This record gives sequence, C-alpha cells and structure tokens, in this order.
Amino acid sequence: MKTRYSFGGDEHIFVEMDEEMSLDAFFKSLSMTNAVRAAQIDGVTEICPSNASFQVKFDPDKIAPDDMLAELKTLETVAESAERRLNTRIIEVPVFYQDPWTHETLMRFRERHQDPNGTDLDYAARINGFDSAAEFITAHHSSPWFVSMVGFVAGLPFLYQLVERARQLEVPKYLRPRTDTPKQTVGYGGCFSCIYSVRGAGGYQMFGITPMTIYDPTQTTSYLRDFLVFFNPGDIVKWKPIDREEYDSILADVESNRYEPLVKDVEFDLTAFNADIDGYNAKLMEALHGV
Amino acid sequence: MAFKVLNPGLFTTVQDLGRPGYFHLGIPISGAMDRFALRAANLLVGNDEGAAALESVFMGPQLEFEVDATVAVTGADMPARVDGEAKPGWTAFRVRAGQVLTFDYLKGGARIYIAISGGVDTPPSLDSRSTYPIGALGGVEGRPLAIGDIVPLGKGAGAKEGRSVPENLRRLPGSPVELRVLPGLYWRLITEEAGRNFFGDEWTVAPEADRMGYRFRGGRPIQFEERKQPFGAGSDPSNIVDGCYPYGSIQVPGGTEPIVLHRDAVSGGGYFTLGAVISADMDLIGQLQPHTPTRFVKVDMKTALTARHDRQSLLGKMRTSLS
Repeated sequence: MKTRYSFGGDEHIFVEMDEEMSLDAFFKSLSMTNAVRAAQIDGVTEICPSNASFQVKFDPDKIAPDDMLAELKTLETVAESAERRLNTRIIEVPVFYQDPWTHETLMRFRERHQDPNGTDLDYAARINGFDSAAEFITAHHSSPWFVSMVGFVAGLPFLYQLVERARQLEVPKYLRPRTDTPKQTVGYGGCFSCIYSVRGAGGYQMFGITPMTIYDPTQTTSYLRDFLVFFNPGDIVKWKPIDREEYDSILADVESNRYEPLVKDVEFDLTAFNADIDGYNAKLMEALHGV
Repeated sequence: MAFKVLNPGLFTTVQDLGRPGYFHLGIPISGAMDRFALRAANLLVGNDEGAAALESVFMGPQLEFEVDATVAVTGADMPARVDGEAKPGWTAFRVRAGQVLTFDYLKGGARIYIAISGGVDTPPSLDSRSTYPIGALGGVEGRPLAIGDIVPLGKGAGAKEGRSVPENLRRLPGSPVELRVLPGLYWRLITEEAGRNFFGDEWTVAPEADRMGYRFRGGRPIQFEERKQPFGAGSDPSNIVDGCYPYGSIQVPGGTEPIVLHRDAVSGGGYFTLGAVISADMDLIGQLQPHTPTRFVKVDMKTALTARHDRQSLLGKMRTSLS
C-alpha cells in the first residue's frame, strides 16, 4: 500500500490508501478519518471515508491547502500505529433474492446488460464459476460484510465481503446505467454489494430486495427516529435470505413502525480476522445470534 | 404570511446556502447553485444573505402573494412583472397582497433567484431549507414547487424598494465560457495527449445539466495509459475502486463526456476524476445553458486561491453597496 495525496480543487484533499480494494486499505482509511475527526482541525467541514480512500473538505480561508496537507500527513503516522481494532455493530439484513420487483426492472433494461437473454443473477453466477444462481446466492449471504462506504446518494451503503480475495465475488456494472432501480434493491458491482436507499438510476447488477427501510427523511420508521440514515461506515452486515411470506410480514412491521432490526455491538479485530477468517466469522455470527 | 404557486415554472426549488456536514452519508450540501446571486437577492430585500429563497431554472414561476413584501430577482436575465408591470433585475421592488409575480422568457444565464422579505420559511431539515429532491429533504416536502403549494414566509421588515446592485458587480457568463480547473485526483490515468486535448478542445454544455452535475460534449475522447485494472475497480479503464467525489470534480465515464459535479453531487462512485473546477468558478456553472461553448483552463493552486479572493472581494463590494 502506498498512500497518495491529491488536492481536489482548492477545497478538498483526496487521500488514496491503495489503488485496489482490501480490508487493510479500508481499515487504514477508517482510522485516518477517525484521527482527522479527533484532531478537530479548524476549517474542516466534511470528513468522508470511502472504500480504499477518503476525502476531507476544508475552507482554504481558515487553513491554507499546504497546511491542511501537512496535518493529514502527520495524522497518517498516528493512524499507522493505531491498533487495527474497531468497536462497531453487526446487523442482520433480510433479503428476498430473485424478487418480482427487481426482476421486472432488470427485464425492462435488458438491452443495457452484458447478457440480454438471462437475468443478472444467472450472469453473475456463471462468470464467478457457480453452477446455479442458488449457489451464487449462498456465497453472497454465507459470510458477513463490512460497510466500507456510505454515499453515492443519501444513506446508500457499499459493502465488502469478509472473505479472502480468492472467495470474493466480482461482477461488472451494467454496460449502460439504468434510469430506474427499485428502492432497497440489493445490488452488486465490482467487488461491492450495495443497498439502494432510494429509487433511482443505478448501474449495479440487481439480486434481490430488502423490506428494511434504510433511509427515512420523515424519521417516522421505528429505528430511524433519532437519525434518518441507518448505516455508518464500519458497520458489519449479515444477509438473511427470506421468502415472499417473510418479506411481506417484515414489510408490514416496518410500515407500521413495529420492526426492530437485529443489531448487536461487536468488536472487530483485523489481525485476529486475518489469522482465521472462517473461525472469526463464526464468532461474529455467535455475537449476532447470542449463542 | 405566504405566497401561492399558480405555476411552478420548469423546476423551482427552495434553496439557501446549503447543508454542510453530511456528505459522508451521501447527503450533499445542496443550496443555491449561484451563491453570489442568492446572497445579492437576500441583501436587496433586507434578509440575512443566507436566507432561503427560490431558485428557478430556464423558466420563472407564477406566484400570488398573500401579503405585502419586498422582492428581488437576481442571477439570470429573466425580466419579472408584477400584475403585468415590468420590474428591473438585481433591484428591490414591492409586491402587494393579491398581486401576481410572473416572468418573461429567459434572455441570458440559466437560474434566477427570487428573494422575498422575511425569507421562505419552510421547515428546515438538518439545519437547512435547501431542497434535495433525491433524498426528499428540505423545501416543500423535499420536492420542487408544484401548482397550488402555499409556501410560508418568515417575518421581515422588508427593505425599501429601489435598492439595486450596481451593474459592474452583477455576474453572468461570457462566451465562450472559461472554467478554471486544478488538475489532480486521477489525472495520472490519462495520456499526456489526452490531457492536452482536454484543455485544448472546445466543449459545449450537454442537455443533461442539472443541480447534480453538468455534462459537456464535443471534445475528443480521453485516452488512458495502459495499466492492469486494480482489484475491485471494474474492467473499464475509466473505472476506479469507488471513492469520494469532490464538489466541482470532473469525471469522464468511458472517456467520452466530462461531468462536473455541482451542489447536489453524488458523494462518490467508480469513475476516475481528472481534477476539479476551482471554487471561484462554481457559481458560474449554475448560469450555463445547454449548448454554451466552454473551455477548461488549467490553473495551479496559487491562481485558484487568488481567484477565490477576487471573488470574495467582489462579494465584499456588493455587501458594501447594499449596506
């Protein structure tokens, strides 16, 4: 990993931990943004972590761009010596794979897809070497995921699977972006999964849908009364496959403000994780289900 | 205290100076695309310069006033009328209860700012009244104005009519437009020749130009340096591992049409960016119409900061002229 700094106009500094995605790069980005936040530098207005990079927006009338750059470089040393541990939470997110709504949408935009004659899941399964969509779905939900970035549009989480690189799923984006994606679609592009927080344009492959509202500007949803966005960078997510019946039942609970997502506090230790990935994930599942 | 929307025009939203602090959750700053014009309109009617006003693009609304108010229209050249009587731009005028404010066709620029004494008083979300339609935040129910909306106004003394921003302090784009760019970010992914072409070619504003971003076309396609795509980036040479986008940053998906992100920017994504338009020129973009010839001009940080200070001194002169 080689850190690269660049100004983005006269109000931003962009810092790339690594060109390629890895948990190490994400962890370093997260600890650097935490260090920048803790430093409370006068003139900093936005601190945005992303997958393998981050960005700081600052007011150049309050802190000169070169001084801002020097501050960040000093903080990089702090972040490097930080323990690679994170106090976070693990969340179970129900997913109805192969649902009728994303299916209708993907059929509508077939001419923009690599494989106009199949579905997004059939295509993703084939190019990742699985015999069936069902096998691919199992690979998608059998290990937990890190929320490595929240953004693009309001409250949309990008997620990176907690498995070694050989087991990472990789899928290209649509050839041309769609003009429509159902709200709460579970998507996939590059090595990232995402949940579309609102209805709108999108280029990720569509695999399913969650009944869980994750962005609520009215703040009436039971678990979004304190803040309108559900996810934070650093959250851990476990997908739970559900069928139509369960989907309808959870949706009814969400809409009548009765739903409480399964959420547990958990500590994540990157060194321990790297030493035994499957064992560590099993422990995360125990933390989630209280075994 | 309110006004009624008889016709919203093409796309009229409530905007103030925006909602900083939530970009890390994908919620952009929003706010007036031409902040200078918003500040001027507010100062003309006796409001705080960051009060909420209306931003209309290409076509003005028709508004019926329920109270007496002082009004000013700045930004684009789009003459206002009160019950049919023409009113000058960049100048405060009175509107009486029951009168209707309408607009003629657009003559220059793209966006007008309509400030009303007391300011638009819709409920703030995350400390701002700015409308962010994708996230349904701010303004009237998080959306552009619609026929029949009754939009509340705050209490305001209402400055006297006739005050005006001197002509030499008003700003509209020239032709061709020059947008100053600080190269950087993923500039290194493109060839030297592509970099020269980007700054050498004449571009025009594409029809896909809105509060999220302005698209340009007409220049030569961008060529990329040969490289192995990093893990997680995607297969196209214009793809990167999804990262943050600065305001004003220029992405060129597929190497063909540059997009400059503006106040309702997406906060990140998987396309390389080759630099960013400097802060001093962001207001100007908000006044560009489709098909406007545009050149990108390469500058360094020193020039960017000088331009920023020049812009602030212009703002200072405008404030002094209205104090």
